[in-house]
Order: sequence, then C-alpha cells, then structure tokens
Amino acid sequence: MVIFILRRLGQLLPVLLGVVTLVFLLLHFIPGDPVDLMLGEQAMATDRQALRSALGLDQPLWKQYGRYLSGLVRGDLGLSVHSQRSVSAEIWSRFPASFELMVGGLVVALGLALPLGTAAALRPRSWIDGGAMAVSFLGVSIPNFWLGPLLILAFAVHLDWLPVSGRGTWQHLVLPAITLGTAMAAMLSRLVRASLLDALGDDYVRTARAKGLTASRVVLGHALPNALIPVVTVVGLQIGGLLSGAIITEAVFAWPGIGSLLLDGIQSRDYPLVQGCVLVVALIYVLVNLLTDILYAWLDPRVRLA
Amino acid sequence: MKGSAIPTKPSPVGGRRRWLTALGPAARVGALGLALFVVAALLAPWLATSDPLEIRLEEQLRPPSVDHPLGQDGNGADILSRLLFGARISLSIGLTVVLISAFIGITVGLISGYYGGPLDSLLMRFVDILLAFPGLLLAIALVAVLGPALSNVVLALAALGWVGFARLVRGQVMVLKERPFVLAAQTSGASDGRILLLHVLPHVLSPVLVQATFGIAGVVLAESSLGFLGLGAPPGTPSWGAMLSEGRDVLFIAPHVSIFPGLAILLLVLALNFVGDGLRDHLDPRRQGLGGTS
Repeated sequence: MVIFILRRLGQLLPVLLGVVTLVFLLLHFIPGDPVDLMLGEQAMATDRQALRSALGLDQPLWKQYGRYLSGLVRGDLGLSVHSQRSVSAEIWSRFPASFELMVGGLVVALGLALPLGTAAALRPRSWIDGGAMAVSFLGVSIPNFWLGPLLILAFAVHLDWLPVSGRGTWQHLVLPAITLGTAMAAMLSRLVRASLLDALGDDYVRTARAKGLTASRVVLGHALPNALIPVVTVVGLQIGGLLSGAIITEAVFAWPGIGSLLLDGIQSRDYPLVQGCVLVVALIYVLVNLLTDILYAWLDPRVRLA
Repeated sequence: MKGSAIPTKPSPVGGRRRWLTALGPAARVGALGLALFVVAALLAPWLATSDPLEIRLEEQLRPPSVDHPLGQDGNGADILSRLLFGARISLSIGLTVVLISAFIGITVGLISGYYGGPLDSLLMRFVDILLAFPGLLLAIALVAVLGPALSNVVLALAALGWVGFARLVRGQVMVLKERPFVLAAQTSGASDGRILLLHVLPHVLSPVLVQATFGIAGVVLAESSLGFLGLGAPPGTPSWGAMLSEGRDVLFIAPHVSIFPGLAILLLVLALNFVGDGLRDHLDPRRQGLGGTS
C-alpha cells in the first residue's frame, strides 16, 4: 500500500509542475499588454511601471517563472491588483463557503442517487426503473445555470420558503446544493443501478440468498457494499464536475465562494487573482483524485497490484 | 468481428435502414428532436417572424403574446426569433469544436497508441495536465485572458475537447495493433501511415462517433455556460448562453427571458444524449439492454 501511494505521488509531480506552468503562462496568453488591460488606457505611466515591476513583467520570462515557483513554494500567490491583499488570503477567506457548497452538493447527489439507483436495479425494466432512469436522463441534461433560476422562482419567489441568494443559514444552502448536486445525482444513479445489477448476478449473492437471508440483507449487506466500490472512483472523478459546476452555481446564487472570486477577478481583470483561483481549484481537484485512488486501492486490493 | 479474417471494408454502423430501427425508441425520439433543431437552425431566416436583432424598447420584456409566442427580451426583440438564430450558433459551435477536437484527438491517439514509447508517455503526460483542470475551469480561464468572443470560445473548448478523443482512440489502437489483420498488413510491408489510415482508423470510428455525439451535447452546454457567465458571445448576439445571461438580470420581473433559452438548451442536449446513448448501446453489444430508458 505504501509503495502504491509513493508510486502515485511520483506520477503526480510532473502533472503538478505542468499545471503550475500552464497557469503561469495564462498571463502571457493575453493578447496585448496585460498591464494596459488591468489599469485601463488612461492610467498614469508611473502606475503602469509600478504594476509592471510588481508583477515582474519587466523581467525575462524564465526569471518570472522562477519567481512564481519560489513564491508558490512559500504559499505566496502574489497580490490582487485591485484589493492589494494577498491572493492566497483572499482565496482562503472564501474557502469555507466553497467547501460548504461542495459538501451540500455531494450530500444531495448521494442522497438522490443511492435510493434511485438501488430502486431501479431491484426492479429492472419496471416502471420504477424507467421512471428513475428518465429522471436521471433529465438531470444529466439540465443545465445548472437554468435549474438554479427555476428553483429560485419556484421556492424563493412564489412559495417564499427559502432565501433567494447569499450565504448564512442552512436555508441558504438548500437551493444551491440541489442545483449543484442534481447533475451528479443523475449520473451516479445510473452507475449505482448498473453496478448493483452486476453485483446481484454474482455468486456470493446467490450464496447469500441460498442461505436464507432476507432480501434486504442480501442487498444492503452483501451486494450494495461491493457495488459501491466503482461508485467511489466515479464520485472522486466527478468532484471535478462539482468544482466546475460550483463556479456557475455560485454565480447564480451570489454564493461567496472561490468561484465567485474567480468571476470577480475576471470582471475586474485582476489576473493574479484569476491565476490564483484557477491554480487552487486545479490543485484541489488533483488532490481529491489522489485521495480517491488511494481509497479505491484500499477498498479493492486488486487495484494495488495492477 | 473479433479475430476473424481481414475485414477489408469494416462497416462500423451496419446497414442504414437497420440501425435506425435498431436504435430503440428513446434514441429515435432523440434523433427526431435533433432533426427538428437542425431544420430550425437551417431555416431560421424563413421561420423567424421578426429580426432577432430588432430593438423596440417600448415593447421590452413583454410576456408571451399571440404575435410573440415566447415573449420579448430587454430590447423588445422577439425571443422565438432569437432562439431560432441561436440554434445556428449553438449547433455550429458544437459541430466546429467537435470536428476540430476529433481531428486532433484522433491524430494524437493514433500516433500515441500505435508507436507507444517515449512519444506516447510525453503526449499522455500532457493530457494528464489538461485533465487536472476540472470541467470548464480551463476554458473559463482561457476565454478570460483571450477575451469574450465566439472564436475564443471555440478555441478554448477545442483546446480541451481533443483530450477525450485522444484517450479513447489511443486505448482502441493499443488493442487493435496486436490483432492479426494489422500484423498481416505490417508483414506485407504496408507503410505505417497506410496501416493507420486504412486498417486501424475505420475500426475506431464507431466509438468516436458515439463520443462525438455526447461531445456536441457537452459543447452546447459549455458554450451556454460560458455565455451565462458573460464569457461567450458579446451582449446582443442571439446566442442561447448570452440570452440566459441577459435574462439573469431580469429574472424576477420577466422570467420568460430566461426560461425559454434554458428550455431550448435542455431539449437539444437531451436529444443529443438520447441519440448518443442509443448509438452506444447499438454499437457495443455488451451494453445492450443495460442503459437507456427503454
């Protein structure tokens, strides 16, 4: 297991370096002068020069890159052009909100997918199965930038049960979490169904049935735990979908997370802030994937040897 | 077909008439829906009742009426007409991005899978780096630095889109290159290019077709998402994403401005997903009867 983890970490290093390099280069993909874009055409020459040297843009590319890397190692992502606060502090202050939304989305996704997928697998080709899969098809195709406003109109405006936007009480979390979690719920319920159908056909399930266990114990105690192993991997991979969906969900609900910060940065052309947000979200994703792989290897010993 | 004699002319999708009926009811509904969208996009100038760029401020945000079945937007333009023209933008961006992505992805996948070795490792590490950015993140970042324009949206989405095709094709090629018909071609002295194009490529086209169908759905969603975030077409363009973005500001006073573009996106994506699912079930016999709502 230790060897597996070390090997995975070794594979990770070049990817991390590549990610960092790509994010560093983003600033240089800008057509024209980034300083002009950030400060506007009317800015004073002294201000421009100050920003140019603050960003290190007056130095050769390799020096800028070295500076960027050495800053990163110390957790320094540079200064926000507009607020003049450190980018890492800005991101860190938004972290709890983003985390809360992610957990909310995940809870909704699993809370919908497990019962739906299980019900569908237990009665394949019945109306329950058809209904569950139709719902899941709809969920995969429904854009979250549309579902969010619809939920707001229905539950916040017409019914007045929940707040329209913002963060605060648990009521604030309900609609964003549903908006974020639906697509993943839809995808996962199909996977749970397929995986459970596979498991139900296996020999150990027949044994469990033959020794007279109740149907619920066969499913919940024997088939489902094994069926969930591939689900773990896919949940890990789909965290990417959640991280990316969170950007849009945060925009819909004015949720003060890293996604909103990124969009604010884009609006105000605060490129160090944009770079910081992109990098942090990518790093979180890479880390989650690593943890998923380790968890998967721990759950299913066959993976470690492969 | 596995391990059989050298198939000189593989037919990845079977006879035309057979596969339309074999697609299953959901996929046929999807194909019908998709056809409707394509017709609507092609005939937009004739179907639209008014100019999608028309500005009639005195009629702004009017709810659906007889003259304007889906209502009017913030400029007083007819939403149905804008949706029809928007279908052109969405479908053409979807097709363009998927064609570019598939071309790059197939090329990289063929080379990477066939030759293996250090070139393969290098290409796949690059793929890993791109995959380290979840979902739309890199596209958002790219459009943010390149500037909001449809051409940049295409560029950003294609820059990510090829990765899926490359991985898919590479995996297939690694299996195919050990098969007897490829070995036979090698022994008979065919060049690598000839083997890849004439013997290997035809066999990877059906999974590529499935991936492309889902790919178009993904691009339509991505383009609308970027548009919604203000990172797509410039304001005023009748793109579905931009329409949603405009609708966001008037959600409470004129919900119809948001609801109809969103519905159009949902229906188009749903149709494409139905078709993709049907194609996949049809082309991969192992999956038959597993997926789908039928």
